[in-house]
Amino acid sequence: MSTPPPAVAVLRDLPKARLFWPIVTLVALLLLNFAVSPGFFAIRFQNGHLFGSLVDILRNGAPTLLVALGMTVVIATRGIDLSVGAVVAISGALACTIIADSPSPDSLGTVLSAVAVAIVFSLVLGAWNGLLVAVFGIQPIIATLILMTAGRGIAMLITEGNIITISSAPYKVIGAGYWFGLPASIVIAGAMFALAALLTRKTALGLLIESVGINPVASRLAGVRSRGIVWVVYVFSGLCAAIAGLMISSNVTAADANSAGLYIEMDAILAVVIGGTSLAGGRYSLTGTLIGAFVIQTLTTTVYTVGIAPSITLVFKALVVIAVCLLQSPALQAKLRSRRRVTPTPSTKQGALV
Amino acid sequence: MTITPSTATQAEAPENAAEPIIRMDDISISFPGVKALDRVSFRMFPGEVHSLMGENGAGKSTLIKALTGVYQIDSGTMSLAGRPLVINGPAQAQAAGISTVYQEVNLLPNLSVAENIMLGREPRSFGAIDWRAMRGRAAELLQRLNLDIDPASLLSSHSLAVQQLVAIARATDVDAKVLILDEPTSSLDADEVSELFRVIRGLKNDGVAILFVSHFLDQVYEISDRLTVLRNGALVGEYLTREILRIELVHKMIGKELATLESLESKTRQSTVEGDTVDVPYLEAVGLGRKGSVEPTDLAIREGEVVGLAGLLGSGRTEIARLITGADRADSGEVLVRGVKRRLRTPRVALRDRIAYSSEDRKREGIVEDLSVRDNIVLALQADRGWFRRISKRRQDELVGSYIQTLGIRPANPDALVRNLSGGNQQKVLLARWLAVAPRLLVLDEPTRGIDVGAKAEIQKLVSNLADEGMAVVFISAELEEVLRLSHRIAVMRDRRKVADLPNEDVTVGQIMGLIASGAES
Repeated sequence: MSTPPPAVAVLRDLPKARLFWPIVTLVALLLLNFAVSPGFFAIRFQNGHLFGSLVDILRNGAPTLLVALGMTVVIATRGIDLSVGAVVAISGALACTIIADSPSPDSLGTVLSAVAVAIVFSLVLGAWNGLLVAVFGIQPIIATLILMTAGRGIAMLITEGNIITISSAPYKVIGAGYWFGLPASIVIAGAMFALAALLTRKTALGLLIESVGINPVASRLAGVRSRGIVWVVYVFSGLCAAIAGLMISSNVTAADANSAGLYIEMDAILAVVIGGTSLAGGRYSLTGTLIGAFVIQTLTTTVYTVGIAPSITLVFKALVVIAVCLLQSPALQAKLRSRRRVTPTPSTKQGALV
Repeated sequence: MTITPSTATQAEAPENAAEPIIRMDDISISFPGVKALDRVSFRMFPGEVHSLMGENGAGKSTLIKALTGVYQIDSGTMSLAGRPLVINGPAQAQAAGISTVYQEVNLLPNLSVAENIMLGREPRSFGAIDWRAMRGRAAELLQRLNLDIDPASLLSSHSLAVQQLVAIARATDVDAKVLILDEPTSSLDADEVSELFRVIRGLKNDGVAILFVSHFLDQVYEISDRLTVLRNGALVGEYLTREILRIELVHKMIGKELATLESLESKTRQSTVEGDTVDVPYLEAVGLGRKGSVEPTDLAIREGEVVGLAGLLGSGRTEIARLITGADRADSGEVLVRGVKRRLRTPRVALRDRIAYSSEDRKREGIVEDLSVRDNIVLALQADRGWFRRISKRRQDELVGSYIQTLGIRPANPDALVRNLSGGNQQKVLLARWLAVAPRLLVLDEPTRGIDVGAKAEIQKLVSNLADEGMAVVFISAELEEVLRLSHRIAVMRDRRKVADLPNEDVTVGQIMGLIASGAES
């Protein structure tokens, strides 16, 4: 049997690449938008700022991306963090309340201290989740469900049940301002992505996280301090949610304890799954999550550009997600392959498909 | 070396029942690449306890799973009370009167005793569950076993032994003709075992045929009437318990005939360690034990010495290894490392004392299958250094490359996923992982099980070289020849106790087998 030329082999193996289907989905969604509104890909540079639908997608997707980054490493350790939406609400509520109560809401000092308080408190909340999971051995879904339900109550306590509206120019920058011509939220999300990638891939943290997620027993015997690892990922998830909370409240210049970050945990989990990280833990891909988050955001945008009735928006989203998950399913891929392949070709087994 | 069924012996049938209730003839089952059962015949008589004997991989559980419908047989015939028996799944086996109580109690701890006994067979009236009838029936079954507990109480509120009996009550409800007890005593203490045996005798008098599996020879001899020995998927023979000596039984299980054993001279290794009084052992366990796992045991391992641990599965050979490596926590006794008392709470703490443990369960406790060869090899060393001080790519390449070369890991590709390697190569990857942390004491639990002959010899040679270089090694294997060839000293474990600790001088396989079988030198 002759081996196919390299180019053909590359094309044939392409669908097996880890991020092939998420990228295909993203491109398909973008093209659909372009077909409906031809100005979709246009990017304008105006007053030193970038504008355009693509920029909007990146900007609006930033909070989801942030939360999904934290979710990725949590899921890699076989966990899940359902409390991120509540942490988003708490972080926004704390920052806005401090700024609103301050005599000088426009001073940079006020804003910085509000941001610091919100972040530190969210780190504590993340540590709480980590404590329940890593030390007390509570199942992650239950452990984080506690804060998911109680967290909104904490946010209500902070805002005393009101929607806190603020007017603070420095705070507004986080969610709606521009740095270096780019929306600040994109810069922040990008920086967090780079930080997560550096922390996990340039140190051994990524290896240890994956090892604990794939085989906790073997990792323990190898001397991996899995308790500390699990703890760290929940703290990181808390940090990501905190920044997302600041971004969301800054963008709308208000803190709403009830609706800020509502269902963001679902979008984040979806982004992780679409990005090819298995909910069973183990190998994870931050780049996959990045693409997954943009798929989710583009979907939301598509709903508006295509003009889908709001009542069936969720159904449309669900259909796309089901399609992506099916395309990635090893069982379905095997079935499709066996049907397509009339003449047997040499299989090139390159590790496991995820 | 396989024994064909024709040469295998068959013991006489009991006087009162000439006809077996269960007959399995020439049963074969294959899995990809493995012949799990090769033309094995097995029979059970009503009112008899029949023990199925064999070491790991002998085919005991495969045979049980064939009988209970979990596996389909490839060839052979089965009959129940003289009628042909075809089983397509566990439900059919149950309907036919074959009930099983598995090793791990598979009941639902959060339900009541009555619910557990009657689950799936709840008595109903008008479509709803008749709770009164259910509790009544459950109480009746418990009464039959002489078990005085409240059927409405939560299962989890009872001891493991009682839970085991509840599982048996459940199994006997379906009018069981055949009851299979797979390792029912592995987590019970002596009193609980005698309670279980009382129940088994009662069932036996009611005419139930009982299949009993246990690694404890004493229990096998106490309760069973008949024994069938399997080895490497083949039938060795069927014997009446009263007619076979323990030592013969152990020979049959391990696979050497008595005559050949006596002639087999051990090749004693020249001990590199001289004089026990001078040097302090690298590790010394004093009265180290754990309830339900291993009785308080003394064990000392010196640098440059290979200590072989011999014994059957469940004898305590693995259990003591786990205690001296921090894999399990001891609840009695203490450990001295170079004469200094240490608390080895976790493997991490033990690794800090340069004690590494390579588990017998390669897949579940060894490899991290979705990671590469490289990641698997550096894992323990990296864990020791902490996450922040990552081993540089260049250092990794050097380290992994040198182990791939010296141990002959194939494929010689550091980025291959470990799951795709053969068992022998996975074992070498694990050895590399432990060697990378430069241990002073290396505990190897069955490092050569299930790997091909070439890799086996390489690993044996490596162990011997490591000891020559001054490492302390504990070597555990079910293969006594291997233990004898490699060890300077041999500790024999039996029924959770150390029964002998002898220097490997003129020791024969036969002697060790005698110790394993009866605890006294024969």
